[in-house]
Amino acid sequence: MTTSRRSFLKNSAALASSGLLMGIAIPTALQAAGTVHTPNAWVHIADDNTITLISARSEMGQGVYTSMPMLIAEELHVDLRKIKVRIAPSNGKLYGNKLLGGAQLTGGSTSVRDGWEKLRIGGAQVREMLISAAANQWGVDRAGLTAVDGHVLGANGKKASYGSLAAAAAKLPVPENVAIKDPKDFTIVGKRTKRLDTPDKINGQAEFGIDVKLPGMVYAALEQCPVIGGTVKSYDATKAKAMPGVLAVVQIPDGVAVVANSWWRANMARQELSIVWDEGAGAALNDKAMLDSLRAAAKTGTVIPLKAVGDPEAVIAASDKVLRAEYASQLLSHSPLEPMNFTAHYTNGKMRLIGSTQWQDAAQSQIAKAVGLAVDDVSVETTFLGGGFGRRIDIDFIIQAAQIAKQLDKPVKLVWSREDDMTHDFYRPQAIHTLAASLGADGKPTAMTFRLTSQSVTGRVFGLPAPVQDPLMTEAAVAGYNIPASRHDVVKHDAGLRVGYWRSVSHALNAFANEGFIDELAHMAGQDPYAYRLSLLEGKPRFANVLKLAAEKAGWGTPLPAGHSRGIALMEGYDTYMAQVAEISLERGAIKVHKVTVAADLGHMVNPDTVEAQIQSSVVFGLGAATLQEITLKDGRVQQSNFDKFPIVRMSQAPVIDIVLVESSEKPGGIGEPATALVAPALANALAVLTGKRMRKLPMTAAAIQAA
Amino acid sequence: MSTAFQVNGRAVRAEAEPDTPLLWVIRDELGMTGTKFGCGAALCGACTVHIDGKPARSCQTLLSSVDGAKVSTIEGLSKDNSHPLQVAWIKHDVPQCGYCQSGQLMSAAALLSNNKNPSDADIDTAMSGNICRCGTYPRIKAAIKDAASMMRNA
Repeated sequence: MTTSRRSFLKNSAALASSGLLMGIAIPTALQAAGTVHTPNAWVHIADDNTITLISARSEMGQGVYTSMPMLIAEELHVDLRKIKVRIAPSNGKLYGNKLLGGAQLTGGSTSVRDGWEKLRIGGAQVREMLISAAANQWGVDRAGLTAVDGHVLGANGKKASYGSLAAAAAKLPVPENVAIKDPKDFTIVGKRTKRLDTPDKINGQAEFGIDVKLPGMVYAALEQCPVIGGTVKSYDATKAKAMPGVLAVVQIPDGVAVVANSWWRANMARQELSIVWDEGAGAALNDKAMLDSLRAAAKTGTVIPLKAVGDPEAVIAASDKVLRAEYASQLLSHSPLEPMNFTAHYTNGKMRLIGSTQWQDAAQSQIAKAVGLAVDDVSVETTFLGGGFGRRIDIDFIIQAAQIAKQLDKPVKLVWSREDDMTHDFYRPQAIHTLAASLGADGKPTAMTFRLTSQSVTGRVFGLPAPVQDPLMTEAAVAGYNIPASRHDVVKHDAGLRVGYWRSVSHALNAFANEGFIDELAHMAGQDPYAYRLSLLEGKPRFANVLKLAAEKAGWGTPLPAGHSRGIALMEGYDTYMAQVAEISLERGAIKVHKVTVAADLGHMVNPDTVEAQIQSSVVFGLGAATLQEITLKDGRVQQSNFDKFPIVRMSQAPVIDIVLVESSEKPGGIGEPATALVAPALANALAVLTGKRMRKLPMTAAAIQAA
Repeated sequence: MSTAFQVNGRAVRAEAEPDTPLLWVIRDELGMTGTKFGCGAALCGACTVHIDGKPARSCQTLLSSVDGAKVSTIEGLSKDNSHPLQVAWIKHDVPQCGYCQSGQLMSAAALLSNNKNPSDADIDTAMSGNICRCGTYPRIKAAIKDAASMMRNA
């Protein structure tokens, strides 16, 4: 397989003509002797043969610190155990994500899909440059040379380490065309591989944003308006300034920051601030009225068509077997365990930023704008992320750190409290689904209509105009089932609260509605929900296969202990086909999940162990959203501020998770998110069997189930 | 005034106010950042350390209360990732984002110091105060059982 250099460059861009990459900031703390050479953006080789592979994606648990180097190493022919890994510096031209419009952004379960060819080509280019350098040095034809385990080998036992060749290799042109392996020849990719970040994550050595230390660093705590979007009218810092350790009090657009010589002192003094707020329009918000505004918009808002087949309204109007239903999804916070924080140092007209972020080049360019610097005078270094889940796509806290640092002559670390984090998130938007379907004499759907009414995150983050369809609202909106007439459309409605991308984004909203509704149709038709789905999947082999695999593995149809039931759900998301079967019972009125069986076909996998870990993770994450969590607002104030009111699934609540992975040579799909979306519908479908109650609103708490 | 105590066998003196939570003394004054801040309210377990051998949430432990005490943090679990729990954590590749894992390991270490053969229920009880937002629970549980087995057979 050969990919032209030109098409590669078009995607990753901006290689200097000499082949030596100019302007790459070599990550600090490379513990290598001698000069570090950079044949291309992905590989740094030092004279002492220290080889550093670059992950352009942020490590937030999903395993890119291992999977990205695996793809490079597959073609570079180096032992993964002998290399170092660094997260790329901010440089959108070099490290942009083609699947996300070229942004240097980690999200959308895109890392492997974006890197699948690009990183293998990157590794192969450097391998070929090293071979050419050896051929030149030895005065032999390069055709007789091979690259093995960090060395180029020639005839008669000739052997040179990559390190000894790197200086010469980096001066050569990057090859136009390089051959990359057929997947059947992989020796690294696709093999279960130990994570490279585990050793540092079990002894306290892994550095997260909150752990950053710079010489002379001070600490900041920021008081923000309790109503998101509110601004400071006036403030009195007299008492705060008199508190121990306080060095400065500075105002920024989002609030008032206390800077002290420890974070605890800064945060104590912050509580002594006296601030008069202009709370703004947000002060009127409450979550119930917001949901009602979505319901109203579903009837009166501008409809954006998604897909239409036939005349479903006419078919439904003429049918005597019709089901209409409304599904509703709640507000959610991301609540990664590492609260938002960032370290900023403004010196000599340059802003250095270090911390946990999913979006390096936006941080770089938007902070440049916010503090009045040229983009090139702002740099972003990425640590490990203590969770992301979409929260760290937003950069509000990085802007704040930079604005504080601009007013100081020392590096400063801004740390939010948990309360700050939970009450100043960009929340998963509420959603209303309006669904209708008619059934034929055989019980199969003859027509269906689907309308999602929700708030566009993409409108806020990327400025997508209101009349334009937001592709991140329509994920899994059109399910895989064959229905002769159908109409799918979307109404965008801004309910007033800022919203963000939340793990699995609109898949979770749309799959809850679609997979609950198809289950309702099966019951209405008097058919088994699994068999009913299967009967609608003719010509959809990947859907049908995972559905069958999950049902078989879960023992669908076999007897269960008294008081237990099963529910099933199916979806395609991020190019991954997935089915789940949940086995539940009720414990003191709450859903107790005993087992979740997951079958996934995500095409080629890079590290199957990480694939399993991500499925486990996503199921637990989805379980909390389905049964425990809801953000509510009163007078514009988020009512949940810590894990007592926004519970996270704990070990005793985590189910057994049984996973079947399909061996597949399809192109890779994403796996960081899709399993999150299927938990709620699988549970709702199991609950309907157990209790006869159809839950169409999230979360399915004990109280909500009792009230249903 | 300063407060004298031991951290991982080393004598230290802290100058912070006596009502400062131990967590922030360890992180900001002593510069040991393995112990994490998650909630500040003893709800998540990320800040778990051992005080005189017992697990404690350092975000709710005042500096004054550890005067003369022996404090152990994640950095003291072993010098070289050789504690049976660390060996098991590597074997099962437990961490994802990794942020909670210091607290998970310290809670698990406290459990195994008292119970070398914990049941699922024992593990659930001992670990119920530790949140993992990435949901690594199945692997944590498997790794604790493995470590317990290693310790029994050692």
